[in-house]
Amino acid sequence: MHRDDNHPADGPFVLNRRQILGWGTSGAALALMGGLTAPFARAQEGPVNTKARIVIAGAGAAGLSAAAQLSRRLNGATITLVDARKAHYYQPGFTLVAAGLKPKTYTVSSTAKYVPQGVEWIEEQVAEFDPEANMVVTQTGRKIPYDYLIVASGLALDYAAIEGMDVGRIGRDGLGSHYHGPDAASATWQALSTFADTGGVGLFLRPATEMKCAGAPLKYTFIADDVLRTRGTRGKAEIHYAAQNNALFSVPIVSEKVRMLFRDRDINAHYDHVMKAIDLGRKVATFKTPGGDQEIPYDFINVVPPMRAVPAVRDSALAWQEGPFAADGWIEVDKASLRHRRFPNIWAVGDTAGVPKGKTAASVKWQVPVAVEHLVATVADRPCTAAYNGYTSCPMITRLGRAMLVEFDYDNNLLPSFPGVVAPLEELWVTWVMKTIALKPTYVAMIRGQA
Amino acid sequence: MQKFDIFVLFAVFQEMMGPVLWVLLFVALAGLSAAGFVLWHEGGLSSSRLLTSELIGLAGGFGALALMAWVTVSGFTDAGGPVDWLLIGVIWGTGLAGTTILAYGVLGLIKVAGDALA
Repeated sequence: MHRDDNHPADGPFVLNRRQILGWGTSGAALALMGGLTAPFARAQEGPVNTKARIVIAGAGAAGLSAAAQLSRRLNGATITLVDARKAHYYQPGFTLVAAGLKPKTYTVSSTAKYVPQGVEWIEEQVAEFDPEANMVVTQTGRKIPYDYLIVASGLALDYAAIEGMDVGRIGRDGLGSHYHGPDAASATWQALSTFADTGGVGLFLRPATEMKCAGAPLKYTFIADDVLRTRGTRGKAEIHYAAQNNALFSVPIVSEKVRMLFRDRDINAHYDHVMKAIDLGRKVATFKTPGGDQEIPYDFINVVPPMRAVPAVRDSALAWQEGPFAADGWIEVDKASLRHRRFPNIWAVGDTAGVPKGKTAASVKWQVPVAVEHLVATVADRPCTAAYNGYTSCPMITRLGRAMLVEFDYDNNLLPSFPGVVAPLEELWVTWVMKTIALKPTYVAMIRGQA
Repeated sequence: MQKFDIFVLFAVFQEMMGPVLWVLLFVALAGLSAAGFVLWHEGGLSSSRLLTSELIGLAGGFGALALMAWVTVSGFTDAGGPVDWLLIGVIWGTGLAGTTILAYGVLGLIKVAGDALA
């Protein structure tokens, strides 16, 4: 199924990525990062007049992008962002920081820089969602009523679920965890660099939960392999990757490609291994496996913790009550419209949405316009056919200087932007170029509502 | 949005390059204007100046490649497929063409200014 199949020609979004070729190589190259031609919020008709109160819980990539688009689409609405985080992290850059290619400042900016004009920003964390009363409550007890709510509260890294884990020790004794933030990503590079000088056992893994950017643990494994080769210590090192199930990636054809690359790079894959504990002193990680717990010693480890919805979401009526997304509290939305299945004036976008896959910046780029379109159509009392088909993309770094542009949907279909030109499973420099220089500008343009 | 929009591309380039985008656009415009003016003023191409400009342009092509390698923290040995070589060719060609036009315009203006002062 092609992505366009989900977007009828008379609908609000008709996606035709090939048209970008008409803008020449620069445009084509920019599209490779996935989503440049995604639907975005430049209104086709004039703004809709309304006095609606719209609350956006979360001012990360999804929340800011939604705020920017709504502020352009609605005239007279009260739009309120609620988030205590003053710093904004460009999270796709963490891998590059942890590879020693970018300073940690590369990923850090301020939320205030992106809050659209006319949008109120309440610098508090949402502590409680009360969808029956149509209000959110902040940690200071402030009640914020709404007519429409967009939840973009991201996710929580559950390091506490790993017995013995201490995030304060990231960067020391071979402990890395580049997901934890800019400082941790930088410290992880220091730990990896030390390991690359000496060799030993490098241990990489991913959690059993849904996670943001599921390709990142694999990318970092490939990066470690390449750094060791560059330093001339690959022969003194073993690299192990512990997969949480019987695949290396959720898309079967990509999983097979990664398996072949692992074989080529002499990376040992362990399947059905879920990390449950770590002994930082002994440098041993314990994994739950079908055959019982198994300990794997390491000299360097990149810990990727379980990920769950933030507590305020998890503990609310918004979360899935049953099914695969219930345990970790992801929000119960229709996977096409991103509208809540029980509270029709609520949408969820970004990491917190309980949909298959889709916890990447590229997902945000495609999700937000759909949710915004539905919200605006609801305000204007008109039908809406916009649908998100699960499109996401992953520039899968396979060595420093090369990456594969993997694009797929809910159904594991590959959705290459340029079939026959940029093969999705080919390691290419052009994809690396996009990752290093074009992804961040597109991301910033997205959260400003310009792309 | 029904189709791809050039404003998206422009917004991304603006984020990517910041003020440098405007400098590059200005230099490109100035180079084209200078070359156009010289062509108009002299009523045709000067083959010797074009040759000199092309030699400078060759260096410009390699300069563009070096700049790309620097900003992407990679090298051209990382090229992995035909599209990579195509991109390398486009970068080199753009650098060559841009530098050649700029050099032709600048050298021509120097000549025009020299003639005027003589």
